[in-house]
Amino acid sequence: MLLCGVGGQGTILAANIVADVAERCGQDVKVSEIHGMAQRGGAVSTMIALGDDVHSMVIGQGEADVIIAFEKLEALRSLPSLRSGGMLIVNDELIKPASVLTGKASIPSDVDDELGFARALIVPAEAEAREAGSPKSANVVLLGAASALFGFPEDAWLAAVRANVPPKTVEMNEKAFAAGRQFALEHEGER
Amino acid sequence: MLLSGNEAVARAALDAGATVGTGYPGTPSTETLEAFATDADVYAEWCTNEKVALEVALGASAGGARVLCTMKHVGVNVAADPLFTAAYTGVGGGLVLLAADDPGMHSSQNEQDSHYYAAAAHVLMLDPADSQEAYDLTRAAYELSERFDVPVMIRSSVRISHTKSPVQTSEPTRAPERAPYESDPSKWVMMPAFAKGRRRRQLERIRQMRKWANEEGPNRVIDGSKAVGIICAGAAYQHVREALPDASILKLGVTYPLPDEVIRTFAETVQELFVVEEASTYLHEAVRALGVSVAEPPSELPAFGELSPNLIRAAFGQPVPQGADEVEGLPARPPALCPGCPHRLVFKELSRQKAIVCGDIGCYTLGALPPLAAMDCCVDMGASVSMAHGFELALGTTSDRPIVGIIGDSTFAHSGLSSLMTTVYNAGAGTICILDNRTTAMTGRQGNPFNGQQIQGREGVELDLERIISALGVQQVSTVDPNDMEAVRAALREAARERERLDVIIFKSPCVLLERKIADPYYVASCTGCGVCLTLGCPAIGKYPDTGLAYIDPEMCIGCGQCAQYCRFNAICR
Repeated sequence: MLLCGVGGQGTILAANIVADVAERCGQDVKVSEIHGMAQRGGAVSTMIALGDDVHSMVIGQGEADVIIAFEKLEALRSLPSLRSGGMLIVNDELIKPASVLTGKASIPSDVDDELGFARALIVPAEAEAREAGSPKSANVVLLGAASALFGFPEDAWLAAVRANVPPKTVEMNEKAFAAGRQFALEHEGER
Repeated sequence: MLLSGNEAVARAALDAGATVGTGYPGTPSTETLEAFATDADVYAEWCTNEKVALEVALGASAGGARVLCTMKHVGVNVAADPLFTAAYTGVGGGLVLLAADDPGMHSSQNEQDSHYYAAAAHVLMLDPADSQEAYDLTRAAYELSERFDVPVMIRSSVRISHTKSPVQTSEPTRAPERAPYESDPSKWVMMPAFAKGRRRRQLERIRQMRKWANEEGPNRVIDGSKAVGIICAGAAYQHVREALPDASILKLGVTYPLPDEVIRTFAETVQELFVVEEASTYLHEAVRALGVSVAEPPSELPAFGELSPNLIRAAFGQPVPQGADEVEGLPARPPALCPGCPHRLVFKELSRQKAIVCGDIGCYTLGALPPLAAMDCCVDMGASVSMAHGFELALGTTSDRPIVGIIGDSTFAHSGLSSLMTTVYNAGAGTICILDNRTTAMTGRQGNPFNGQQIQGREGVELDLERIISALGVQQVSTVDPNDMEAVRAALREAARERERLDVIIFKSPCVLLERKIADPYYVASCTGCGVCLTLGCPAIGKYPDTGLAYIDPEMCIGCGQCAQYCRFNAICR
């Protein structure tokens, strides 16, 4: 599984939650993150390898069963990593890189078409999170959506969410998780 | 529990009874000492640089403590001087040195391989391949360090240090009781007469360590097809297991001294022997030097960068999963100086001056990227000051362009100070800008001598930067608020005018990530589309593609007001 986005979007917390779920369900897990530049607006990605006996922590071209993209351009950038028929969950947010802001580059006109072609489930995570209490929970909304589409039982997910978010935000994040899960269950057929 | 490799090394050091930790921050090593420091029963400190860190560690070891010393791969260059001689003196209490390499250069200026240091200095090196091994090998390293009387290096890499995987810890121990410290010049005073004796001891020790590596070393054979045998270590081992599940594998846990008998025996059991390693030829050369024939895979493995299962599959002619083609025309997303970074204007003004700018390591390297594009060179810690001196020697007053060195506060403490002493002593000229953001920002805001903050929250001493520079005899020293465009411009102009003089300007203002103060955002009221604000490279400022007029993203703007000073039309308001 690959989580990708832009520095500051909460990919690392989300990865910790996924790893926790996998551990709770008795799986071997490796979470590999590249940070250092993360707080300075660069692209970030975290690789999560799950299974009975995990060796490499690096996910290459065509190897990701699931990609959760916290940003649309990063979703497109990650497409080569997606296994044919793999699952792509994308936050409905587009953050313009500096080169676009200053007019040196432009956003391709067909971002949504490309994502549709890749059969992405586009989740309005920030709006859902805002409704749950804070836009900061967008990452947990995305995990809620992912939880509806693969493997682990819901109570394991919820236990992992509770264990990893700041104590004061547990209730809000539970709501965010439920909203994401609900959204995915309602819209899965549209992929 | 899930631990990163760095956390596992720290946990193991604590569980082995280490009581002193030293280091200098550097990705991907930084969290190791931070994790060690969370235990209030031990002592940890950031040192000014890696040489100092290893020397403090060696002193503590000589005094009988078990010690952890941490640094990134390029830090080992700085620490090489004490390392090579610590390999003569040996240790008192166990001394473990974590060297975290960065193949692929995720956040480093080169991808050197620390194996060569272990081999050149003749110190034992262990190579964990996941967090459990990072824990187990570090635990073992303390005993081995004391048994063989040698510092032990743990060689990590970014995928070991920054990958979390399950770890089972074992029962903590206290360091073994040691006899009270007594002076022993023949062991610790490395003047030639004594060093010659220690050199002989060192050669004998290599034999003993090799015997241990062969008989008891943490090396493993994974039996598979006898057609293909692979020798590997560290992260490369994990990629090989994934890519070539049928191969026989010799996984080395000790990479110096190499277990020669184990390697020869393994080589005899397989038809073709390959070596797979990352961004290096250390293992290839060392295995070939044993007289063992090493085959090359059907297609070449890349000689640089990180390995991955797919690269190994491709090299060995295995099917490689195919993903979708890259989406064309996607704009890149490089990191940038933060919105409100107090030192943006210094780069902007140097860019306007068309200065020759010698840069340095840290966030400030980002000043090299457009639109600021205000950097001519950046090589290693402290080089800004000394390379600016070199530029002066070559160009002197023949160049119209001012020659400027630009360095952060922590980097200046690390090795800029000795560079500046050279310039002063040799009556050099030019301008040195010290961008004092009150922290070691790029690695995650660690303390340093110029903010006086210690890693475990004890009260430290904050050194006075301006007084230190004045005391060195620099003719012109000033402290300037870098958020004030006129002040920055005036200070740099004044310094550039005096071509025969050495000027040091301290631009002092805290990193925006320190206090996260946010004032009301600015907005663009009546833009003429001149585009000057966009040349600041602030991530919060953009322009509408259709009209070319500027706007400010209120979510990103922290209200620093730097851009408003550049707008000649007073269109940027609050």
